Order: sequence, then structure tokens, then C-alpha cells
Amino acid sequence: MKAASKQPLGAASFSTRWMVLTVPVRHKSLVAVLALMPALIVFCAFWLLPFSRLILMGAEADRSSGVSAYLTILTHRQYLISIVTTVGISLVVSLTAVAIAGFVGFFLARQHFWGKAVLVAILTFPLAFPGVVVGFLVIMLGGRQGALAQSSLWLFGERWMFAYSLAGLFIGYLYFSIPRVITTVMAACDNLDKSLEEAARSLGANTWQVTKDVIVPGIAPALLSTGAICFATSMGAFGTAFTLGTRLNILPLNIYGEFTNYANFAMAAALSVVLGAITWIALSIARRLAGGNLGASA
Amino acid sequence: MSSSVSITLTHCSRTFAGGHMALQPLDLKVNAGETLVLLGPSGCGKTTTLRIISGLESPDKGGQVQFGQRDVTTLPIEKRDVGMVFQNYALFPNMSVADNIAYGLKLQRLSRFEITQRRDEAMRMVDLQGFGERRIDALSGGQKQRVALARAIAVRPKVLLFDEPLAALDAKLRDRLRIEIGQLLRELGTTAVYVTHDQDEAMALGDRIAVMQAGRIAQLGTPQEIYHQPANAFVADFIGAVNCLSVIATKPDGQLAVHGGELSAPHLLGATEIYCRPEDIQVVPLNQADIKGQVVQSVFLGQTQRLLVDAGGTVPLQIEAPSRQRWPNGTAIGLALPFNVLFHPDKPTTTINTKEMANG
Repeated sequence: MKAASKQPLGAASFSTRWMVLTVPVRHKSLVAVLALMPALIVFCAFWLLPFSRLILMGAEADRSSGVSAYLTILTHRQYLISIVTTVGISLVVSLTAVAIAGFVGFFLARQHFWGKAVLVAILTFPLAFPGVVVGFLVIMLGGRQGALAQSSLWLFGERWMFAYSLAGLFIGYLYFSIPRVITTVMAACDNLDKSLEEAARSLGANTWQVTKDVIVPGIAPALLSTGAICFATSMGAFGTAFTLGTRLNILPLNIYGEFTNYANFAMAAALSVVLGAITWIALSIARRLAGGNLGASA
Repeated sequence: MSSSVSITLTHCSRTFAGGHMALQPLDLKVNAGETLVLLGPSGCGKTTTLRIISGLESPDKGGQVQFGQRDVTTLPIEKRDVGMVFQNYALFPNMSVADNIAYGLKLQRLSRFEITQRRDEAMRMVDLQGFGERRIDALSGGQKQRVALARAIAVRPKVLLFDEPLAALDAKLRDRLRIEIGQLLRELGTTAVYVTHDQDEAMALGDRIAVMQAGRIAQLGTPQEIYHQPANAFVADFIGAVNCLSVIATKPDGQLAVHGGELSAPHLLGATEIYCRPEDIQVVPLNQADIKGQVVQSVFLGQTQRLLVDAGGTVPLQIEAPSRQRWPNGTAIGLALPFNVLFHPDKPTTTINTKEMANG
């Protein structure tokens, strides 16, 4: 009865929709094209043109080697090491940030205590700082005149420093990655279905098993996507690295160096494209993985 | 199956942060193998009671929870050996149907053979054979709740706890699953506590029902007792529909004068209000009627029809009449109310109402 009455109804609505669409469809699309025109122009002028120019420029001859800059990257140790170092430190920073801030975020989401709002505000404060300031903070901590150097000089008679090395970079990147992860994890924990944990516990799961089987899978999409964002940010972070010293062999500094010091535009463009491609791939992998998990929980 | 245990709550109250007492001090015994339904409107304390039994919440200081002879008050839920079914299913989305059901068995470190055997047995009991590899999000609401049921019974818990398991399902499915849960509980013989706000569910599943109101048990008894001898006006009204007739005067011959006529009810002498269920009132010719009135509205319900009859009181009487007869508005109607269907709750209505208002 129901199915029979549904059939003509569906057919009717389909045919009317079809009629409405056929007559003015051209008219509509014309309006749409006109309305989208400014956006299209902006897109072409400020995205498509410079980007295709950048990609093409990377294929031009490198100033020192004389062959295509893309090829030069693949054949020169210095550039390969730079790529590996940048990817490596970004990866380590992301993993560390997710590990530390994952726990902290979960704790903050679940515990209620006096002064929590203030603590969260303090923890997320570094988000307000540009990279230069973060670099400056690292120098004040581990630089030549930094807190560590001062105290080690007083205690052992020598200056201990880490600011101008990859360790300093690691601390700096971690500094601005952790707040991002904390806020994301806190939001994800608030959305967790509490009855899932209760169900697991009723079946005999202890705290560790609940964490492993319910909480981590539940917030995995959030961890993945925030980790990917940390990775992307660390890959391209320039201010911190520049403040800490230009001797570091990482991609953003290399791009800057090739560009300003050697006027080697082809190499700067090629390195930019490589950096962009790696970051984009990482982000899309994370999005796919997180999307799959999200689908499962819905 | 493991032999069933009784559940004893002694002086269990629960005060939430902010001082709101969700549960007044409560003594309750659930007999071994029995299904007890906690029934009441939202905020009456039924879920809090269930959570105290489960170990998800602790009673205030001084309260005690026992499973059999064993004091489990300080045991967390994971050590209490309970199976729990939730309103929103609470299935693990990252696991298949089979993995969900086997989860508790794996935690018990059973052999792989035994896990498979007991998982399949549980799936058979809830009629889910062949669904093992399905993803949770590929199931309907009814199937999800079957998985949750199978997951809870697979571990062979001492006590089964249900927190409004059918509330999220549509009416047809709810009826079917309710019957199946009833069969399953009889088959297993496990002590069960079942929370619901649905009186039909309570009647169908409960060996006994505890009707709760404002953090207290208003009445505890078999479904028949609750329905036919409600302890107060709240219970009478919450379970089924009820008519309340005010007694205007008691005649010298013992007849009670009410709006529209007189009733003979020797067992209710002195009562100021008399109650009766709509289905217990008979429609009779006017010359044989105890009460006469006028039909003001008729509501067709399919099997029967509900007539609203104005007999002069403030609220029209509700009467159940055969569905085929027509009762145009304004028709004079005669009603017979045999004395054995008349009752009055032990407690006067007025105090209940004020209490209800105070607890808002």
C-alpha cells in the first residue's frame, strides 16, 4: 500500500524537477558564471599563475649545476639531506607533540579543578606568538646568554647551549605545536560517547584497556589530523629557524638562501615545490585516514 | 549459566554536586533470578539507582550494595561482573559485530575456542547469525541493540542491567524486541534490573515493578498489584489512565453521592475520592445506570474507543467503549461502576501533589 502510493509521488516530483531544470538551466549557469567571475579572476591571478610559474621555474637550469633544478635536488647530497632533515624533524615534532599533548588534552577534558580555565589559557598562549618570538624564547632558554648557559656556567664553569642546533629547532617547533594539539584533543574528548567507556568497563576492561580500545580509537581521527597540521606547520616554519640561525640545513632556510644570497631562482622554486608537495601529500593521507575512521564511528 | 544472585541495596542515597538529592535513602531487594523494572518519569532516580547497582556511581556514605552475601559497594563496575545494555547501544564503532560481542570474552582471557563458541552462542540467542563480519554502522537500530544484548550476555554476568534499551527504537520494533528480551531473560534466569519510562514495557517484562517518583520508590509490587491496587494517585495515574470521582456526600443508607449519580462501595466508606479505570466502567441502559452523563468527545483508538463523559464533575470521565458503536457528542449515556472495580489509593491525593510540586 505504502510502496504503491510512494511510486507515483516520487515519479511526479522527479518529472517536475526535471522540467524546472531544463528550461532555465542555461540561464542559471550563465548567472553562476558571471557571479563567480571575480573569484575566478582572483584565483587565476593570485593562485594559478604564480603557482604554474613556480612549477615551471623549478624545471629551469640550476645556476651552479646547469641542469634542471629538480634533477639537481635529486643528485646533490646537500639538498637531499636538507629534505630528509626537514621531514625528519617535522615528523619527530608532530609525534612528540601528539604524544604529550594527547595525554594533557585528555586529562584537561576530563578533570575539573579550580583554575582549569586559566591553565588552558596559559597552555594555548603560544598560539598568539609569531615564529620569531618563539625563536627568541628558545634563545633565551638555550642560547649563549640563555638560562641553561648561565646556570651551567655557574655550576660547571662551561656554557651549555642547544638553541642554535636542531635541538633548539625541535624545542621551538614543539612549543607552538603543543597548543594546537591540546585544543583539538580537548574538543575531541568532549565529543566522545561516555557510554562506550562504561560499556567497556562493564565487560571487565580496566583503565588501560579502556584507553587502548575505546578512547584512542575514538580520538584517533582528531590526533591524525592535528598531527598532520603540526607536520605541515613545522615543514614550512621559517621565523623560528631564521631566528635560531641560518646555518641550519632545512628547507625553508635553503629556499630563502638560494633566493636572496645566490639569486638561484630555479633552485628556490624547485625546493618550494618539493616542500609543498610533501606537505600536501602528508595532509591528504591524514585526511583520508581520519575520514575512514570518522565514517566507522558514525 | 552461573547461578543467579540477589541484589540488595541498603540505605542507598545519592546527592549530586550542588546538593541536589537525586535519590532519597533507598532500601531495595531484587530476588535472585528476578527481573525488576524501575519505572518512572525522567528525573525520578531510576537511572541513578541502576548506576549505583552497576558500580558506575557510588551511593552516598552509609549506603551499601550487596550481590548475594557479598558487599560490592566499593567495587568498580569492571569487577562487579555485570552486563549492561544502554539506550544508545554503546557499541564499539572500530570493531565488527563479532569483535564487539567477543570483547568481554577476550578480556577474560578465555581460550580462542571458547571465545568463538560463546560468541556464536550469544549471536544465536539474539538471532544474529551471519552478521559477524558486519560493521556497526551497517546495522539498523534493532540489530545494534541485539548486538549490545549479545555482548552483555556473552560474558555470562551475574546481573543484567538495562538502561532504557528500547527507547530509541520505533514502536513496532520496540514491541518485538521487548518480547525477545522477555524470552531471553526467562531462558537465562539471570537477575535483571530494567529501567524504563514505558509502562507497557514495565508490565510485560517485570516480575516486579518499582514505580519511582522524585527519588523515592512510590510502590513496589507485581504488575497486577501496581495496576489494580496503586499505592497513591501518582502511581494510579502513571500506570494506565484513571478516573477520579470526588465524593460529594455519604447517604444514610451507605451510598456515596458523586457527580451524576450514586455509587455503592461499602469498602470505601469515608473516602473523599474514588478511583476507577476506564476499561472497568460499563456502558448500560439509562434505567440501570449508577451514573448518567453526556458524551462530550469520542476518540477512536482502533480496537476500542475512548469516550469522554461529562457527569457534572470538573474533569470528564474516561470510558472505554466498543469501537463499532457511534456516540455522537451530546448523547445521554448510562454508566455502571461495580463496587469491585472501585478503589482509592492509601495516601490522599493532595499531599502527593504538593510533594511533586516541591520537587519540581
